[in-house]
Amino acid sequence: MKKPVFGLILGGVLGVFDGLSALISAPETAPGIAGIVAGSTVKGIITGALIGWIARRLDSLLLGVVIGGAIGLALAGVISVMQKLSGQPPYYWQIMLPGAILGMIVGYATFTHRERKVA
Amino acid sequence: MSGLGNAALDHLRDVLERPDLSGTRYDLVEPIAQGGMGTVYRAWDRELARDVAIKVVRSELADSEIAGRLTGEAKILAQLEHPGLVPVHEVGRLADGRSFYVMRLVRGQELDLAALEVRTLPERLRLYLKILDPIAYAHSRGIIHRDLKPGNIMVGPFGEVLVLDWGIAKAVSTREAAGPAERTAALPGATNPGAVLGTYGFMAPEQAIGGSVAVDHRADVYSLGVILRTLINPAGSGAKPLVAIIARATAADPAARYAGVGDLAADVSAYLDGRPVAAYHENLIERIGRFVSRHQVAIGLVVAYLLMRIVLLVFR
Repeated sequence: MKKPVFGLILGGVLGVFDGLSALISAPETAPGIAGIVAGSTVKGIITGALIGWIARRLDSLLLGVVIGGAIGLALAGVISVMQKLSGQPPYYWQIMLPGAILGMIVGYATFTHRERKVA
Repeated sequence: MSGLGNAALDHLRDVLERPDLSGTRYDLVEPIAQGGMGTVYRAWDRELARDVAIKVVRSELADSEIAGRLTGEAKILAQLEHPGLVPVHEVGRLADGRSFYVMRLVRGQELDLAALEVRTLPERLRLYLKILDPIAYAHSRGIIHRDLKPGNIMVGPFGEVLVLDWGIAKAVSTREAAGPAERTAALPGATNPGAVLGTYGFMAPEQAIGGSVAVDHRADVYSLGVILRTLINPAGSGAKPLVAIIARATAADPAARYAGVGDLAADVSAYLDGRPVAAYHENLIERIGRFVSRHQVAIGLVVAYLLMRIVLLVFR
């Protein structure tokens, strides 16, 4: 499987679980959980695809983890700002810190993923 | 003669032993290695303006079967085209009647010396895997080396590994190289069945008892196991999977060894990658430990994520 595809799928799957975790960390968000999960999934997919694209051009695991964390942090920050702009209470650290770590996980997994060549 | 000292006698012996390169395109420079059947000299190739190595049979062995074996070695090497094997440029007979062959001049260090500069166990194992590659290739071409030891393995300045001294190599059919051998091929200078050839301490038991006919590629597997033991000591001597790999490679019974060099390489690679090795059956705790060790970064990140979630939940 190619790295961008792998990153995209892994980012999406982890995004779903990350979104669902809001039910535990912030139960008051339950009425809007579908939107949170959708947003988190899209964030994960974009993060994974970006990391996968970079992983095909870079050969440094450490950089991959750092870049993954940075992308996760930045995208989670964008979502927080969008929340604020739409009049919802923003959850900066509650979204950005886990988002950064998820980005690092996707970065690590994608950079260590070996693409299998079709004979 | 009684008035001559040892140094003078050695010098005289060297002068007498010097090969006569007249009629060739090479100029003798200096002796660089001494083997059982010949001496290797550094020489200058006038036509191509480069250094080469010339292996010349010792003068007292010029008319023996050893001379044929030297030619046989050159023919074997010429058949094997691999980056881990020294290419032969020319073979022939000198004006003084001695057989010789010309090969690339190998620069570097013998394995045991080179290994001193390789500090970590993974690096040593990666170096070891480079040795296995040309041997596996030779076996696939029906050739077994029979004298593998650190002194016959050179590590070049770029980390390349070259397997040298195929003087007692044996040609078997490729089918036999992949399974037990039954006969010795009729190469020039082929070893007499029953003769003990090789280096004690590195040669397989079946080779040491002189059963030349019964020796097959698994004798090389044995020697490679001994080399692995010397290479990983003392850093890796506590690693049970590595100890098991060595034990399987150096089993007294050839049938209990790895079936081929490829299987040995697969196990060493598996150990390097943190995967289970075929030679060692690990228990559940060892399996978990290996999994954690192999995926420690990923596990650390997942734990960090969960801890983050718990902290955010507590301090919300």
